[in-house]
Amino acid sequence: MEAEGRVPGPPLPAGGEGPGADSHLAAGVLGTAQGPLLAAAEVLALDDEEDDLEVFSKDTSLAEVNSFSPSVPISPSSMINQYKFEDGPELRDLFITVDDPESHITAIETFITYRVVTKTTRGEFDSSEYEVRRRYQDFLWLKSKLEEAHPTLIIPPLPEKFIMKGMVERFSDEFIETRRKALHKFLNRIADHPTLTFNEDFKIFLTAQAWELSSHKKQGPGLLSRMGQTVRAVASSVRGAVKNRPEMFTEMNNYMETFSQKINLLDKIAHRIYKEEREYFNEMKEYGPIHTLWSASEEDIAESLKGIAGCIDRCCRATERRMAGLSEHLLPILHEYVLYTEILVGVLKRRDQIQGELDSKVDALANKKTEKDLFSEEIGKLEDKVERANNALKADWDRWKQNMQWDMRSTFTNVAENNLRYYEECLATWESFLASQTTDLHVDEDSEDRP
Amino acid sequence: MESTEPEPSDSRPQEEEEEEEEEEEEDDDGAHPLPEQPLTAMEDCLAKKMEITVSEAEKRTGRNAMNIQETYTAYLIETRAVESQGEGQCAPVESLWRRYSEFELLRNYLSVTYPHIVVPPLPEKRADFVWHKLSADNMDPDFVERRRIGLENFLLRVASHPVLCQDKIFYAFLMQEGGWKEMVNETGFQLKADSRLKALNATFRVKNPDKRFTELKHYSDELQSVISHLLRVRARVADRLYGVYKVHGNYGRVFSEWSAIEKEMGDGLQSAGHHMDVYAASIDDILEEEEHYADQLKEYLFYAEALRAVCRKHELMQYDLEMAAQDLTSKKQQCEELATGTVRTFSLKGMTSKLFGQETPEQREAKIKILEEQIQEGEEQLKSKNLEGRDFVKSAWADIERFKEQKNHDLKEALISYAVMQISMCKKGIQVWTNAKECFSKM
Repeated sequence: MEAEGRVPGPPLPAGGEGPGADSHLAAGVLGTAQGPLLAAAEVLALDDEEDDLEVFSKDTSLAEVNSFSPSVPISPSSMINQYKFEDGPELRDLFITVDDPESHITAIETFITYRVVTKTTRGEFDSSEYEVRRRYQDFLWLKSKLEEAHPTLIIPPLPEKFIMKGMVERFSDEFIETRRKALHKFLNRIADHPTLTFNEDFKIFLTAQAWELSSHKKQGPGLLSRMGQTVRAVASSVRGAVKNRPEMFTEMNNYMETFSQKINLLDKIAHRIYKEEREYFNEMKEYGPIHTLWSASEEDIAESLKGIAGCIDRCCRATERRMAGLSEHLLPILHEYVLYTEILVGVLKRRDQIQGELDSKVDALANKKTEKDLFSEEIGKLEDKVERANNALKADWDRWKQNMQWDMRSTFTNVAENNLRYYEECLATWESFLASQTTDLHVDEDSEDRP
Repeated sequence: MESTEPEPSDSRPQEEEEEEEEEEEEDDDGAHPLPEQPLTAMEDCLAKKMEITVSEAEKRTGRNAMNIQETYTAYLIETRAVESQGEGQCAPVESLWRRYSEFELLRNYLSVTYPHIVVPPLPEKRADFVWHKLSADNMDPDFVERRRIGLENFLLRVASHPVLCQDKIFYAFLMQEGGWKEMVNETGFQLKADSRLKALNATFRVKNPDKRFTELKHYSDELQSVISHLLRVRARVADRLYGVYKVHGNYGRVFSEWSAIEKEMGDGLQSAGHHMDVYAASIDDILEEEEHYADQLKEYLFYAEALRAVCRKHELMQYDLEMAAQDLTSKKQQCEELATGTVRTFSLKGMTSKLFGQETPEQREAKIKILEEQIQEGEEQLKSKNLEGRDFVKSAWADIERFKEQKNHDLKEALISYAVMQISMCKKGIQVWTNAKECFSKM
């Protein structure tokens, strides 16, 4: 039972003192501002043994989680997607599912809410289980809070507001399901993130009742101040933060440029393949029945014709399954990474902006020799800020790359398996038809020889 | 008095026909096992005595009947006598060039001269049922190649037919380059051609056709309709399949470019990309093979035409027979009326004679004499037409049985070969994706 929910993540860094090591490290990097979170991480590390046991028992509840949310697919590969352990198999103590979309109609608007179920063993959560309803707006809010709190961390992407291309209506079933899966992914990626998982707004998002969340949302910096930050960020990054940028981040920028290009192409290719497969399926649906029709006019070859019709129909169904595999795994992952590239570009820009603040202060210091002391303190703070930002980004970048590698490997392997399954099914169908035909031939030959 | 009704087709044995029809049905490749009854030298199929191939196709320019320059394709027919004793010495190869229009002339001649035979069809004149990769151009090398194969197949079919293979014109087509056209025209076969056969939509009210032929005509209509439909959908399926495979080729290029910026994933991506290229390229051979399958079906699509032509011929013969019988009946009736003086049916003559007085006995006698002569002639003609009709039905039906067996055998083989093709395609797919999976798992 335990084995089901576990998937080995990327290899753990050697020499860690155990499952808690990673989060410990990540927490430490963030500096003094994250004090209480650090303590929480340390607590977890010490409670190693207990944690293991908890996790074991958690595994049995995995089945319950699935039964609570029937709309969450229980196929092995989707479980892999749900319960991939990025930081270590034993660390999982927060399980989130997003399901059960519901339409709400008010006088002003119509919107969809999703049920968010959280199960946890963490001490800082008052209860071990929560069930709340959230709408897309709430997710947007969460994302912006996380970006605010951690400007140089890679915040996972949210599904787009609405799809411009094609005929997918805002509230079509297909659209809602795609969105639901992406929202589920979003929350789980946050839960897996060593730092973000302890974010206070995240906790509130998972646990607060609707009215609690509304009132909490109203606190905190308003929209205008956030916009101000963005404007400054853009301005300073334009002004020349690039000149002092450490080599590493220039490399990252270059990487992202090419990666972004390629992933966008792959996304287009994958969609195109899906489209071609669907067209092929549509034609095949018509192809089989013609043989059946023909068999009605024939005697000797009627059985062979019906056999062919049967084979074509079975291959047709296999094609359908192949298509479903694509749309369930490859397409969502590629799309997620397309969105990720935008996020990463943004993160790199924000890092540049933080550095820009430092650089402009340093430049200013060079001109004003009198207020040196005041400036140095300020500069000291900024230097710390830059260092923290750089380290955070570097660590998160490494982590992101590892996850990307894992995701690509597993997704494309899944694509290959999908195709293998398809061809193996078709092969079996045709081979059994062939076997039936050749035995018939032998029977015919025997009867011919008789005088 | 002899029956004036056209006799229904019966199965009274006719000696000569039976001998011929007892021959085994021949494969087009002559690989059929020897029949139990030894064939006489006369009836030995040409296909057994001679290797026939259409080995080359060549573009030519020349002047046509209207003295206008045109480009056409000429096909090289090679023949060689088969040495059954195996002396170790090969007979010399003889060859000549023919163009498609000459094949058409040959076939027209055979259709007219042997209306009771299901004459093998020619490959299509123009490319039909094309999907986007195939060109509809008659000069396209792939089309020319497939036509070459189709023409060879046609010649082999004729050469293996127990009746057709003995035709002198056919033999000359294979062996005599010059003066063949004149030879064909001298047979005067165009005059024998019943233009009514071409008028497919004209209906003739036949009172007593052989039910088998009526059923067969329905069958040939159904066969034509279902095979055309199948070929059309097959072409669309091929088009779509082509699309699926070819788009995967894009993976190859992008993986390769992506691998350049990756350290650990690079190798896996690169090699996976290569396999995607292999996958995309594999569809070309697969679909080319499928075209040959389509051609096999097409042959029977066109065979349906030939089948219908035989049924039509029966209809027309039956119609002529019924008309002749009707004519005879009316003449006899006229005769009787004149002889007995009673008018049984209304006739203008009767009326006028009533109005303007009866004819003189001499006049009446003359008329009766003429009529009696005509009746005599008519009865002889009816007799021979009856005989003709019965002969036609007998020999046509025998060839139809031969054709049915051939059709069932060929189509079954074609369907099996289709399954074999699908199996091969699946195996290739499995191989490629197994390799790709391995590469992906190493990413």
